[in-house]
Amino acid sequence: MNAPATLPGCDAPQAKAARPVLRERGQREVFCGLTGIIWLHRKMQDAFFLVVGSRTCAHLLQSAAGVMIFAEPRFATAIMEERDLAGMVDCQDELDRVVGQLLDRRPDIKTLFLVGSCPSEVIKLDLAKAAERLGARHMPQVRILNYSGSGIETTFTQGEDACLAALVPEMPASPIDAPQELLIVGSLPDIVEDQFLRLFDQLGIDRVGCLPARNARDLPQVGPNTRYLLAQPFLADTAMALENRGAQRLDALFPFGAEGTTHWLKAAADAFGIDEMHFNAVIAPARERAKRAIQHSRKTLEGKRITFLPDSQLEIPLARFLATELDMEPVEIGTPYLHRDHCAQELDLIPPSARISEGQHVDKQLDRVRADKPDLTVCGLGLANPLEAEGLSTKWAIELVFSPIHGFDQAGDLAELFARPLRRRDVLEV
Amino acid sequence: MQLAVWTYAGPPHVGAMRVATAMDKLHYVLHAPQGDTYADLLFTMIERRGHRPPVTYTTFEARDLGKDTAQLFQDAAHDAVARFDPQAIIVGASCTAELIQDDPGGLSEAMDLPCPAIALELPSYQRKENWGAAETFYQIVRNLADKAITPGPREGRAARANILGPTALGFRHRDDLVEIRKILDKLGVEVNLVAPLGATPHDITQIGNADFNIVLYPEIADEAARWLERTFKQPAVRTIPIGVSATNAFIVDVAELAGADPTPALGDTHSRLPWWSRSVDSTYLTGKRVFIFGDATHAVAAARIAHEELGFEVCGLGCYNREFARDVREAAKKYGVEPLITDDHLAVEQAIMEAAPEMVLGTQMERHIAKRLGMPCAVISAPVHVQDFPARHSPQMGYEGANVIFDTWVHPLVMGLEEHLLTMFREDFEFSDENGPSHHAAHAPRAPTLDAEVPEEPVIPHNPESIWTIEAERELKKIPFFVRGKARRNTEAFAADQGRPEIDIETLYDAKAHYAR
Repeated sequence: MNAPATLPGCDAPQAKAARPVLRERGQREVFCGLTGIIWLHRKMQDAFFLVVGSRTCAHLLQSAAGVMIFAEPRFATAIMEERDLAGMVDCQDELDRVVGQLLDRRPDIKTLFLVGSCPSEVIKLDLAKAAERLGARHMPQVRILNYSGSGIETTFTQGEDACLAALVPEMPASPIDAPQELLIVGSLPDIVEDQFLRLFDQLGIDRVGCLPARNARDLPQVGPNTRYLLAQPFLADTAMALENRGAQRLDALFPFGAEGTTHWLKAAADAFGIDEMHFNAVIAPARERAKRAIQHSRKTLEGKRITFLPDSQLEIPLARFLATELDMEPVEIGTPYLHRDHCAQELDLIPPSARISEGQHVDKQLDRVRADKPDLTVCGLGLANPLEAEGLSTKWAIELVFSPIHGFDQAGDLAELFARPLRRRDVLEV
Repeated sequence: MQLAVWTYAGPPHVGAMRVATAMDKLHYVLHAPQGDTYADLLFTMIERRGHRPPVTYTTFEARDLGKDTAQLFQDAAHDAVARFDPQAIIVGASCTAELIQDDPGGLSEAMDLPCPAIALELPSYQRKENWGAAETFYQIVRNLADKAITPGPREGRAARANILGPTALGFRHRDDLVEIRKILDKLGVEVNLVAPLGATPHDITQIGNADFNIVLYPEIADEAARWLERTFKQPAVRTIPIGVSATNAFIVDVAELAGADPTPALGDTHSRLPWWSRSVDSTYLTGKRVFIFGDATHAVAAARIAHEELGFEVCGLGCYNREFARDVREAAKKYGVEPLITDDHLAVEQAIMEAAPEMVLGTQMERHIAKRLGMPCAVISAPVHVQDFPARHSPQMGYEGANVIFDTWVHPLVMGLEEHLLTMFREDFEFSDENGPSHHAAHAPRAPTLDAEVPEEPVIPHNPESIWTIEAERELKKIPFFVRGKARRNTEAFAADQGRPEIDIETLYDAKAHYAR
């Protein structure tokens, strides 16, 4: 396996003054890591994702994504059947056959990810071995990698983490004497990535790479001269893999809202010795634009109480944005995993009144939501309509993962995503 | 292993969820890892249910596997019963839990729960959603039905029927049920029980109180109905009342078992399909070639309506559920087509391309295929989509169902008179046929290059070394868009067949004569 089985976030040593976190176990109303394939296959257009799993995995991808708009998506499932499990056929042979069939159909595939699932992990089907064997056969036309998106190991966005961590060993090594380079880590919509690249260029940072690259065969280089910025808060394993290659993380707030984005860019500017005056001059127009755009939603959101149910690990940075830039009051901030190190600066800005919870026992958590009666509850699709039917306004968490929300020019859109359900509630008279 | 891009059916535990969610006061304790909760959104989003499905997932993780996942199951079952206070629970495993062999049935039996616990064995690596729903419903009925209850003597009371089969996430089940109740009301038949939809476990115990059963959806209810036939000697009505003549036959069958007079039900004046179909505007429907694919029951019913009630020609027929393939094979023989029994949507797409129908009647998958191929399409069967849960009443069964079907199938086509108008005015610059049928929402002129999703003739990739002469290409453009793709294909097939190296205007019209019907 390319990815370690446990996540460092859970076991990270706690600082002395660490704020209390409610940890719960029980039923989790979240997607598994396979779901990340939905956006990863759009981001890396030369890559194909083959889930080795069950009919449930195939059904999940199709249901969660509602992506039937695409003729033939760049993902599929190798559905294991009775004879695979009963040992009547060798799973590895079967996998060779299915991969052969797939590559015949899709000669345009340049990188193939074999994605492990709950059943493939439980029967200990060795996909690393399969990737190595198949890679030897199909390189250089197709590079074959593997990671696990199984629900027993990964929650929702951790699937992207596992995928990117699998890409890190494939990144070319930068020469020892290479000048300092910046790496943006975490998949962003192309339009947002381009905005950031323009800003870095204007700042004078010209050696910037992105992981994942739009073309999975065109990975940026990495080495001790690499300084990386996490664009997403859920990339614990990827960060570790990059550190193992010598890269150093630039600690910053995540780039949500005018302040978060400024702080994130500033961390890079400082590391690359950019003059403060120049920095302020470059970002001022976009920053002001972001602040103006956010103001449109202020009236709707200011003073409103919000609860996040655990979903994507974006909860802490988003709650910080809503609290510091829109004066919302976070009641409970639930997250599937809390990475205390990556989120340290975020946590400092979360109002002390907010309850932070990690993990989930969905019934107990819903009891708290009913008792707290927040103005807005951010939750998954399985819970939204039932909560609305109880009279609670909700925001679909998945939209925060599928929509462009990072950076200055999306800050207004991000605020609007939270404001819209409240405005709608006020406007409807039925 | 099977390579699957899209699937027609979910795993069997999703079928069990459809039964559990349809019922009241029943709870499903499902041994499953994190992530399997995705299935909740099928019900809360597609069907817009205002309640969470009554399912507790044990949510085991990798680190639990070496420890005690059985204890995890028992804790979850215990908490679920305490919190939700169900009249009965069903217990089972999803695909991953099946592999760790914790035996939820045995575990719950050992717990001494205050309500019955019904164990489900749903082999995830062999079976699919419909089978899972049928097996779950059968187990619930078999475990809960009170065998001491019988309908008693018929004298001096109305006949009583059970309506079996409607579930959550069913294709128009909600509305079909309204139509069936109307028919039974006209026949003076009392409804003893509708199940699974809306039934409680306690209601199920009373199932023996009916004189006979009505199997509305055999994919879900047939297994249970056969057991009831054996155990309670309850006969079953198996006619599926989709279409006018099938509704007539259904009424006669029910009336016979109930000892009632079918006349009042048969005389329903709301049945409009027969006259709408005989009306001269429908002449243009004659011989329209339709390709039909869905679950076996809906596909067979659609083929019969297409052939007998609308005068279409069935040019393809198939289903994705092998368990009921026999019905489809028999029907296919009747219409002289090769039955297509597959759950590989790529094979269905291939078959549709080869059949080159004028309309596709299928599931949401075929709707997408048809959209890509630029063909009209109507949806006749599950798997369902949010559009299959309209706010308005929209049944498939009974006379009103036939009315709905007439509208649903005919509207995607270019209508009778309009077909002539398009032919008459096709060269008028303001009446360009590129605009599409006038009654469709998106009939405004569109820039074809911008709309990559619906290329006009994407069926056969255009060959840059076209064998078409420029004149023939130009002539082809004069043919209305809704038959142009077919004309192109037919002409090319004809030219290939005749060994003509080039398609000129003569070839085009020779082909037209050849394929004239």
